[in-house]
Amino acid sequence: MLGVVRQKVGTGGSPLTVAILGKTLPFLRAAATPLRSYSSAAKEMTVRDALNSALDEEMSADPRVFLMGEEVGEYQGAYKISKGLLDKYGPDRVIDTPITEAGFTGIGVGAAYHGLKPVIEFMTFNFSMQAIDHIINSAAKSNYMSAGQLSVPIVFRGPNGAAAGVGAQHSQCYAAWYASCPGLKVLTPYSSEDARGLLKAAIRDPDPVVFLENELLYGESFPVSAEVLDSSFSLPIGKAKIEKEGKDVTITAFSKMVGLALEAADILAKEGINAEVINLRSIRPLDRATINASVQKTNRLVTVEEGFPQHGIGAEICTSVIEESFGYLDAPVERIAGADVPMPYAANLERLAVPQVEDIVRAAKRACYRSVPMAVAA
Amino acid sequence: MSASFFSVRAVRHPGSFAGEEHGPPAASGWLASGFLGSAGKLRFRALSVSAPAPSSSARRRGSSSVVVAVSSDVVKEKKLKPSSSSSSDLLITKEEGLELYEDMVLGRSFEDMCAQMYYRGKMFGFVHLYNGQEAVSTGFIKLLKQEDCVVSTYRDHVHALSKGVPARAVMSELFGKTTGCCRGQGGSMHMFSKEHNLLGGFAFIGEGIPIATGAAFASKYRREVLKEADCDHVTVAFFGDGTCNNGQFYECLNMAALWKLPIVFVVENNLWAIGMSHLRATSDPQIWKKGPAFGMPGVHVDGMDVLKVREVAKEAIGRARRGEGPTLVECETYRFRGHSLADPDELRDPAEKACYAARDPIVALKKYILEKNLAREDELKAIDKKIDEIIEDSVEFADASPPPHRSQLLENVFADPKGFGIGPDGRYRCEDPKFTAGTAQV
Repeated sequence: MLGVVRQKVGTGGSPLTVAILGKTLPFLRAAATPLRSYSSAAKEMTVRDALNSALDEEMSADPRVFLMGEEVGEYQGAYKISKGLLDKYGPDRVIDTPITEAGFTGIGVGAAYHGLKPVIEFMTFNFSMQAIDHIINSAAKSNYMSAGQLSVPIVFRGPNGAAAGVGAQHSQCYAAWYASCPGLKVLTPYSSEDARGLLKAAIRDPDPVVFLENELLYGESFPVSAEVLDSSFSLPIGKAKIEKEGKDVTITAFSKMVGLALEAADILAKEGINAEVINLRSIRPLDRATINASVQKTNRLVTVEEGFPQHGIGAEICTSVIEESFGYLDAPVERIAGADVPMPYAANLERLAVPQVEDIVRAAKRACYRSVPMAVAA
Repeated sequence: MSASFFSVRAVRHPGSFAGEEHGPPAASGWLASGFLGSAGKLRFRALSVSAPAPSSSARRRGSSSVVVAVSSDVVKEKKLKPSSSSSSDLLITKEEGLELYEDMVLGRSFEDMCAQMYYRGKMFGFVHLYNGQEAVSTGFIKLLKQEDCVVSTYRDHVHALSKGVPARAVMSELFGKTTGCCRGQGGSMHMFSKEHNLLGGFAFIGEGIPIATGAAFASKYRREVLKEADCDHVTVAFFGDGTCNNGQFYECLNMAALWKLPIVFVVENNLWAIGMSHLRATSDPQIWKKGPAFGMPGVHVDGMDVLKVREVAKEAIGRARRGEGPTLVECETYRFRGHSLADPDELRDPAEKACYAARDPIVALKKYILEKNLAREDELKAIDKKIDEIIEDSVEFADASPPPHRSQLLENVFADPKGFGIGPDGRYRCEDPKFTAGTAQV
């Protein structure tokens, strides 16, 4: 019935649409039950433990896998992700490096050229800027330049994005930078299941993978099923996950923002909007099929990301949707991103510079009713 | 020690060093070395020779390539060698002594207060404290003019204070208030002050070194290209032992020596980079040796003794000011606290910490001042009290200061705010009064 209404009214926010939607949505709310992807098992695991166990299992399965980075060995990892690995695998496979990102990243890439499977840890992805030449030029482009002779089965991992009060040089999100480069795979786990499955897939993958974690998620617990805990578990690269099914508006997010999007979906549900939340999981390759299928179902899109707005992930998703699902859109696409400024240190300014749940709710409402005017974007 | 490829095998040269006053405890990484000089031989010979190799002394022949901490007590040295080549009996006047004491106590008290405030939640994020290293900051910066530049790392609170940034401004910045030296936008790791020529405050190690080299380049440029004949500004770059494995360090040593830039590279070698011991990370741990490899003098000095640091600093800064080029100074020092306030500091040997705690630079200077009768105990106590009041005042000021207004979010992104582009009405966005309402409203 709603489909018929939409065809009659078309796109845009005319009062008629608003009135009709206002009447029909409560019907939908009663009908649709938001689906949560909680597993039936009661076991919970933190993201930190998920990453640790994934590294552990992959290192024991394949002796060519080794971990290299600052403080990964004796210090047990700057964020304790590699806890216990030095004791288990020894200093030949868990290597503490001097503080020289360009150097050890290059060494990792060279080792990958020659048959090993390095996992390079950056203490934060901000430090990867010192090594970005090797990530892009030596790793991403090599398979192409050598016409397939040299594949680079390397994983670059570490925390990405803003933490709490760490200032401008420690808070940038690099998803957009790396995702724009052909030859790289870029993954952004959210839950423990994502962390385990995607890290295992990344280590097994024959191509360079940039694995963007989030420091604030390390301590969060998520339920995991027995299937996830199995050592052969892995998730396909390039497939997004629909965290919550819905009918009214599609909200795409990755990493920490998935949590905020789910909270926003709860709030929206109380107001009669049944949002569908997509956890992108993989930024490159981007799962355009899932996103477009979802928008073709809901007809509205809100993209959420923590990074800078210009040329961000949201920009790519919005364009993909316009290219493939333009006729299905009932409202302009909405982009939520971090503020277009280097991250300020002051706590209140930092809160303003990163998307909050209220911003997602406002944008989703705007996509549904067009009742809240857009502020001037910087 | 396993014989694996990646672990460092420590080389031992037991008992090789005559003149070593205290044998170091047998903690891992503590091994005899053969290159540390006494207060009497502060390597002035090395500095005056422009050829690569520093002067050799009999002790250094056959030395191992590992660092050790040797306690070299200024007072003791002075008593043993009354006719040492460092000329007069007193290295400092009373005024200088009190100035140095006050600066070091300011640094120490400030950092202690930072720790308290952090645990009370007034400060957040990453905070890296400087306790124990005050002699290096005071020893160098107190010899600089206002126009000379200082570039530091994330451990920059005390460098800012020594350079003259008011304690109130630094404390407010740490609290994230708008009265801070960077209006609350920088934070602990990003202290900047144009007025005092403190050029940062950088989070990435090694990042400050090219910046400092550039400031020195600018100073030389102003003198030679812009013909400002009296521009003899010197830049001092502070960084740690971990930084000395980073490529930027070597690139800048090369260029600074090549172009004879007026810069002093000061290595605050506190032996640890978070949990990574300097010895595990460096093939040749003697950092001062890397200076002569690039054609500049490399000097090693006891960084727990402010007077020794000051003597070396005088020579190095003087060299730079006269246009003779850069110097690499390695200060052997120690941080009494962990890497940051979030660091549990479990990897460092308590015996090592105790050994360095006994060499507290403030205690040593106080002892010197009193023994040389440069000042009385009550004068030093008065300074302690004055500093306490300054710190208390700075905390009150920071507490009372307002947090930044939300409109500050979009300020200072560009020097020319027209960089935000042209709005839909055809005018520059920054001319729209609603512009600074913030993107967070979206």
